[in-house]
Amino acid sequence: MPDLRPMLPADVDETAALLEAVQYVSNRQLATAVFLALSLNRPLLLEGEAGVGKTELAKVLAQTLHRQLIRLQCYEGLDLASAAYEWNYPRQMVAIRLAEAQGRIAGVNETLYTEENLIERPLLAALRPQLSGPPVLLIDEIDRADEPFEAFLLELLSDFQLSIPEFGVVRAESPPIVVITSNRTREIHDALRRRCLYHWIDYPTLEAESRIVALKASGAAAELRRQMVEFVQVLRSADLFKPPGVAETIDWAHALARLDAAELTAGLIDDTLGSLLKYQDDIARIRGAEAAKILSGILAAA
Amino acid sequence: MDDPGRSRLAETILLFCRALRHAGLPVGPGAVIDALAAVAATGIQKREDFAYALRCVLVNDPAQFRLFDQTFHICFRNPLLLAQLLALPLVQPGQATAVAAQDAGIRRLLESLTGSSQAAADDDPSSRDRAGSYSAREILRHKDFAQMSLEEVAEAQRLLREESNIPGTCRSRRFRAGTSGRRYDLRRSMQLMLRCHGQPVQLARKSNEERQHSLVLLCDISGSMSIYSRMFLLYAHTLAAKHRRVHTFVFGTRLTNISRWLRDRDADQAMQKISAQVHDWDGGTRIAESLQQFNLVWSRRVLESNANVVLLCDGLERGSGAELAFQMQRLKRGCRQLIWMNPLLSYRGFEAKASGIRAMRPHVDRFVTAHNLASLDDLRRLLAETPPRRTVRALGVAA
Repeated sequence: MPDLRPMLPADVDETAALLEAVQYVSNRQLATAVFLALSLNRPLLLEGEAGVGKTELAKVLAQTLHRQLIRLQCYEGLDLASAAYEWNYPRQMVAIRLAEAQGRIAGVNETLYTEENLIERPLLAALRPQLSGPPVLLIDEIDRADEPFEAFLLELLSDFQLSIPEFGVVRAESPPIVVITSNRTREIHDALRRRCLYHWIDYPTLEAESRIVALKASGAAAELRRQMVEFVQVLRSADLFKPPGVAETIDWAHALARLDAAELTAGLIDDTLGSLLKYQDDIARIRGAEAAKILSGILAAA
Repeated sequence: MDDPGRSRLAETILLFCRALRHAGLPVGPGAVIDALAAVAATGIQKREDFAYALRCVLVNDPAQFRLFDQTFHICFRNPLLLAQLLALPLVQPGQATAVAAQDAGIRRLLESLTGSSQAAADDDPSSRDRAGSYSAREILRHKDFAQMSLEEVAEAQRLLREESNIPGTCRSRRFRAGTSGRRYDLRRSMQLMLRCHGQPVQLARKSNEERQHSLVLLCDISGSMSIYSRMFLLYAHTLAAKHRRVHTFVFGTRLTNISRWLRDRDADQAMQKISAQVHDWDGGTRIAESLQQFNLVWSRRVLESNANVVLLCDGLERGSGAELAFQMQRLKRGCRQLIWMNPLLSYRGFEAKASGIRAMRPHVDRFVTAHNLASLDDLRRLLAETPPRRTVRALGVAA
């Protein structure tokens, strides 16, 4: 049977085209980082503010390369049993009882720690061969996990293998595509950084953001989209506690489209500011005079 | 691969990595090999691809981007110059000072290229008699840092380095094996059972691990605080040595994160690194601005919800009280407890008259003094204790 899987991109241009094809607006730097991660078989560590499309990149990669997406959401206290593997204790119990009844308890060890009694969790599943090719492993928001979990990951990320004490080493035949994301609520340890390619996803430029909004929220009128993207770009340069991400811009576009707005007005901004800013201090600062000032600046420039 | 052009390229990349390492980026041999592989994969047709490829392999912190770009510029515009500079054995002070860059990293790069970096001056280890009598110690413990003689300062510093226990802990969501505990550890129970040939034995248990509160120290290093802040930084150093989650910042007119330099095991070396990197020692102070910078840039990265924040500062701020109060409020909301250490409190008849102090006072959980060794000891106790309850009013709602 001929291999119908999409080929990995051969250079940076192809990578950029690939991302473009699934409507992920990237830039040259990100395309280079993705291309290198794919061709050097290295995990890709993506950092950036919340809502700039880090997780989306992993989803898009899985979609465009037709690979399975295996996702591990991190949280404090995440341990091997829920991240990598667990033994099937009830089955082991039964096996022991059975062996006891049959009087061959001496050899029970070999039957307990076998492949059948091993329950796969995301990390182990990502090492298993799959029909569609090595999967995309997304380790999401690693900054939410605690330091011990980072240590679990080190072996997996450098050698794409897991050592299970009772069982042996499980090694990936062909390494998965690993994407790790972090919002920097905590600094990631150097040991983990060292094993990854690093890319910082910045807020998009005016041009890029306009394209993103046009693609993701085509319901909003063109003039409205232009005004709101410019407004958001100005907001990001103000000293806000949490400047809006691209996800917020898209939300806002949907909200305004739902309200049948044709263009931005000061009243409309005040009413919908909650889809853009999520802290009361920030909203209090921008609502009213400040918003009107930014808006008049945009209208004057147009 | 034997193509002479290629090997020259490899050589240039090697030189480039060396230059980065000299400039202070953590570029190990593994990274150099990766860099070569990355360049082989992207090719060298486009200058920007080449730069990005190297950057995403060699740099893993956005703060280092600028340093990388500068080094890249120097190296790949004229690699011959770079080779010459790296080979230079002599100090060329003229060249280094002519380009007095403001960015410390870039200054480091220039220093490494011109070879004029200053070796760490080694302080002689004190050979004084260490057995101070008990009462002498007690007197020293309660003496104001500002009134100590040089010798007493040295002795106090030695005492600080000696005593460094770890402040309180809280329950984490991670489990560890133990004899008591509310949950069963099935994996270990199974292993125990096997050891007893399948006989049911007592089930193994596990309990929540204890985790240290993270600790954020914010230290005012302006002129009026000079002697206290130096002592406090030594104290921070002893804490950072034993306690992994300590983040230390200093501020005068701007905020600097010094946590990494404090990790140096040698206190003198650490202090030397810090004084080389921080440029606003003993100057003026802008508390509100520094706190704002902390809130905007760092709070999300270092403040976990269980963090203790210690602010060492005299509160003598000339600027607007409203802004200062707002920033203090924000800081308080993000942490477990906010402790303000103010050396001025030690003065008898101290009254909060300065506008800065009046603005800050309502927004802290504890307000304590910081003028002697005893007060630093008290801090340890405060960190371990449960903080006073906050009322909704005290938390405040933004106007």
